[in-house]
Amino acid sequence: MAALLAVRRCGAARIAARKGPLVSCRRWAGAPADTVYDVVVSGGGLVGAAMACALGHDIHFHDKKILLLEAGPKKVLEKLPETYSNRVSSISPGSATLLSSFGAWDHICNMRYRAFRRMQVWDACSEALIMFDKDNLDDMGYIVENDVIMHALTKQLEALSDQVTVLYRSKAVSYTWPYMLPVADSSPWVHITLGDGSTLQTKLLIAADGHNSGVRQAAGIQNVSWNYDQSAVVATLHLSEATENDVAWQRFLPSGPIAMLPLSDTMSSLVWSTSHEHAAELVSMNEENFVDAINSAFWSDTNHTDFVDSASSMLHYAIAFLKPTKGSARQLPPSVARVDTKSRVLFPLGLGHAAEYVRPRLALIGDAAHRVHPLAGQGVNMGFGDISSLVYHLSTAAFNGKDLGSMSHLTGYETDRQRHNTALLAATDLLKRLYSTSATPLVLLRTWGLQVTNAVSPLKEQIMAFASR
Amino acid sequence: MWGSRKLSSSGSRFLKVLRFGYLGTQSGCPRFTTSAVYSKNQIIWTLQIKPWIFHEYRIMWSKSYRITFACLNTMKSYRYLWTRPYSTFRTTVDSSEVKTFLALAHRWWDEQGVYAPLHSMNDLRVPFIRDNLLKTVANHQPGKPLSGMKILDVGCGGGLLTEPLGRLGASVIGIDPVDANIKTAQLHKSFDPVLDKRIEYRACSLEEIVEETTETFDAVIASEVVEHVIDLETFIQCCCQVLKPGGSLFITTINKTQLSYVLGIVFAEQIAGIVPKGTHTWDKFISPEKLESIMESNGLSVQTVVGMLYNPFSGYWHWIENTSLNYAAHAVKQEHLVPAEGETEELRVQASTNPSMHEELKK
Repeated sequence: MAALLAVRRCGAARIAARKGPLVSCRRWAGAPADTVYDVVVSGGGLVGAAMACALGHDIHFHDKKILLLEAGPKKVLEKLPETYSNRVSSISPGSATLLSSFGAWDHICNMRYRAFRRMQVWDACSEALIMFDKDNLDDMGYIVENDVIMHALTKQLEALSDQVTVLYRSKAVSYTWPYMLPVADSSPWVHITLGDGSTLQTKLLIAADGHNSGVRQAAGIQNVSWNYDQSAVVATLHLSEATENDVAWQRFLPSGPIAMLPLSDTMSSLVWSTSHEHAAELVSMNEENFVDAINSAFWSDTNHTDFVDSASSMLHYAIAFLKPTKGSARQLPPSVARVDTKSRVLFPLGLGHAAEYVRPRLALIGDAAHRVHPLAGQGVNMGFGDISSLVYHLSTAAFNGKDLGSMSHLTGYETDRQRHNTALLAATDLLKRLYSTSATPLVLLRTWGLQVTNAVSPLKEQIMAFASR
Repeated sequence: MWGSRKLSSSGSRFLKVLRFGYLGTQSGCPRFTTSAVYSKNQIIWTLQIKPWIFHEYRIMWSKSYRITFACLNTMKSYRYLWTRPYSTFRTTVDSSEVKTFLALAHRWWDEQGVYAPLHSMNDLRVPFIRDNLLKTVANHQPGKPLSGMKILDVGCGGGLLTEPLGRLGASVIGIDPVDANIKTAQLHKSFDPVLDKRIEYRACSLEEIVEETTETFDAVIASEVVEHVIDLETFIQCCCQVLKPGGSLFITTINKTQLSYVLGIVFAEQIAGIVPKGTHTWDKFISPEKLESIMESNGLSVQTVVGMLYNPFSGYWHWIENTSLNYAAHAVKQEHLVPAEGETEELRVQASTNPSMHEELKK
């Protein structure tokens, strides 16, 4: 017994050494009356709510107790508002498959979304462009308002109320982790104290609490992160005339990428990443000037240099000679007529990646594990990809009767997702840096690179397949 | 440095004690007193150097990565010593030795510790048991496929296999002759309110279960146990007695081959040296053929015998065709033959030998 006590003390010392700011010193002597959940999802945003839905819908989780903790209120749209929200997400076909697997996609279809079938990305400093499209005119992705996705998920959570308990307006204030080494008479679960003082226990905690994840900090997981010298300005735009509007446009300006995403025949959503000063200026300037700024950002050729232009047209002829069949013609984006009042908002951009996605009884998903520049439109899709993978691993574990918090299957999730996410993070970061310059050699390099990529169909298909997962 | 040096000396002493205890029980009374004295020292050791246990623990832990394969054998040796007194030797269990094990008992639940291979074996044996049991039922409840089934886990140790089966909905009784194991298992399940209801642990032998009840269980599981049993015939007989007609017996064990001698005994005991020499008795390993014949003669029809291979580098088990090292077997207790009238019985016998007669019977 004395030996056991000694071991316990050592264990306690180790825990104390790793203690984050949110870890309390509470002991759980009188805690056995707490409810023990199988899974607690911390954070009821898009990713957290979708995680709870996916688990609640899984057949092998039929007998499990699932809890979703959300600090905010319940978000249901009484009726679809007339005006479009300025916060939209690009949903990849893979994410749409996940959402339809538990019925949320049907709600979205009944409300509002816009499919896009092509994507044109081009350079402000040269003629180079890349056009992604699918021969069979399949959807490349969908632009959906975040409010609409949230509404669909909330509806599904209501439908799953037998499986998933949701606590709104409740926030975890502290977490107590089990000992790394199993000690005979200490609880093996994660203990969570809520803001109102109540406590609960869980076999597995899934953190979906955003890029400033409190859980990640409390667990002491290292996070590599930096802020970009850019902010993103979002706004809802009205086009000058009704068009088919099924193309996602993105142009790389030296100050950052500007993107226009289709919302309807006459409306589009803007995401403009630019320097902090310029972003602040864009938000505060009057609406007419703002619209002019957008149009010239998409149309202006002032950044072109003759040298790069001639070099790129030489390569263009060479490619046309080698591959005379198809040269997808440059299309021009629609012009913008006006901006929705009060739809202009700016937010800072950054990159982050957690060194570990899992610990015993803990898994990070979504922005808690990785934060990405919006230029590839992958942020929420990476989160949904995490969900697909984690649900697959947990479902298998449940059917094998395993302890859900065991590292043996959590590491499987980590390996799967880190492989995908780090590649995407690195690629987006590289693109961001490559296109942030107007130095001639780099401009030439990226111009040729983009032209070649555009010409080599298999490569393009690989990129599309990777991004649409 | 200091800690580990101290540790290695005490560790080897500890192992010596184990071996001594083992020899003591085997050879009977005369040695028993010496063994007891030694064990008394052992308790003092346990009390005196508390933090070292922790050190030793960490060393074991890292060791498990370096010589994972050896760990498989360490595991087997611990299990061996614990399950050793099984059935006939129960009364000769050295109580002070049990106390020593009590200090180690929490290791059962360390997934990276000495029992790592047993933890990862669950990836094979739980689906093996689950799928074979599910074949017998038409439909199952989602989320708890084994609900309504009664399972007996013989030699459950810390409950490594008992808990997954409980999570799948079965009501499981886990038995083990060593109190410390049962205490660990009991404590571990007590934190989970669901398992606490579904699982019952008892420190007793299979014979005691047989005395109380017959034909109760839908499945009996003896995983990594039969290679430590003295009288295999009686053991299988007992398993058969507590099984319902149509119930399943699942066994995993080691084959009696040259390969198992080389890897299980020569490599682990002589070369790697972490298993005390003499813990494994190759004579006690059972070949699948012998096991099959014992089961068949006890009214169990063997359904599957399949090999298992442990990869010491990845730490995972794999199913293989070859059964020359580890293997798993599934047998079903035959239904009672309804005593029929003499005539039809005779017909049936004839039918089984004569195909044309069979046709006649069909008409």
